[in-house]
Amino acid sequence: MSTRTRLVVFAVGALVLAVAYVAAADLLPGFGATSHPYGSRAVNAAVNHRTPNSISSVSFDQRGFDTLGEEFILVLSVVGTMLLLREAPGEEEEDAGSGDDTGDDGAGGQGRPPGASPPDAVRLAGYLMLPLTCLVGGYLVAHGHLSPGGGFQGGVALATGVHLLYLAGDYQALDRFRTLPPFEVAEAVGAGGFVAVGAAALLVGAAFLSNVLPKGTWLALVSAGTVPVLNVAAGVAVVSGLMVLLGEFLEQTLVVREEEGSP
Amino acid sequence: MTLLVDLVLVLVGAVGTAVVLQREATAQALVLAEFGLAFTVLALVLQAPDVALSLFLVGSTVVPLLVLVAVSKRQESNQQEAQK
Repeated sequence: MSTRTRLVVFAVGALVLAVAYVAAADLLPGFGATSHPYGSRAVNAAVNHRTPNSISSVSFDQRGFDTLGEEFILVLSVVGTMLLLREAPGEEEEDAGSGDDTGDDGAGGQGRPPGASPPDAVRLAGYLMLPLTCLVGGYLVAHGHLSPGGGFQGGVALATGVHLLYLAGDYQALDRFRTLPPFEVAEAVGAGGFVAVGAAALLVGAAFLSNVLPKGTWLALVSAGTVPVLNVAAGVAVVSGLMVLLGEFLEQTLVVREEEGSP
Repeated sequence: MTLLVDLVLVLVGAVGTAVVLQREATAQALVLAEFGLAFTVLALVLQAPDVALSLFLVGSTVVPLLVLVAVSKRQESNQQEAQK
């Protein structure tokens, strides 16, 4: 296809999209308008299922199937990254014993460029923020149905918190932590758990992913039926997915060197 | 309230432009983190705390970190090429 033809095809497509988009957006309630027909229905449904955070109710209860799709987008992107960044021919992982490429300055920075030990203030900040960030992450997952947050946000916070070890220059500790729990398995368990909770509803004759558990009392930690369960499943999947994703990236820079006789 | 939203929208536009204008990749990753922060403020003033959390965590930590790591790998490979 010549450049000219491609431009014509693009122009036609863009024009149709622009007209259809403007026509569709014209029917939406105005920006900052007071009446939101979908919004008030969603809040009513959330209150009926005793879920104070109506956003979580939409994500995990009223539109749980969409969230399932989102979760599998993350899983697939992690799998794709692992596939792309697998050990290629011509690359080899340095074994932990050969620390010959670094000017080892006591920071234990295996694979770090020489002299790259971070300043003390950065290391202190990293170690101080690590438990705080992990605590906030756990809180966000556990209270997703009550206050802003949920499995996705909490999962990202937890995975980010662990990587503060990298900021603190302690790559060995991060490496130990990363390889101890099998995050690949945990990710499958999290993503599969989400599907299993949805399929469990089928057993009692309800629709896939419908909220069949008892709803409990308003504002209790264990309430809102399946919403906190799905939050935890999503949290596990997101934490392990990001650990694998960031781990693969860091491994590329820090461990894998091209196989050649460097002096 | 509307004035605040307008101001933050302009801020998002300005920081977004700054990301594009910064041509040095490492610095660009840091400006990208600032862009995530500006977007977080926008979600906050629009009273969307859940979205603000997602934007903050993904936009100003995870994505810039991935970009930084990828850039440093690229620069390292370039240095190795230059040494040969």
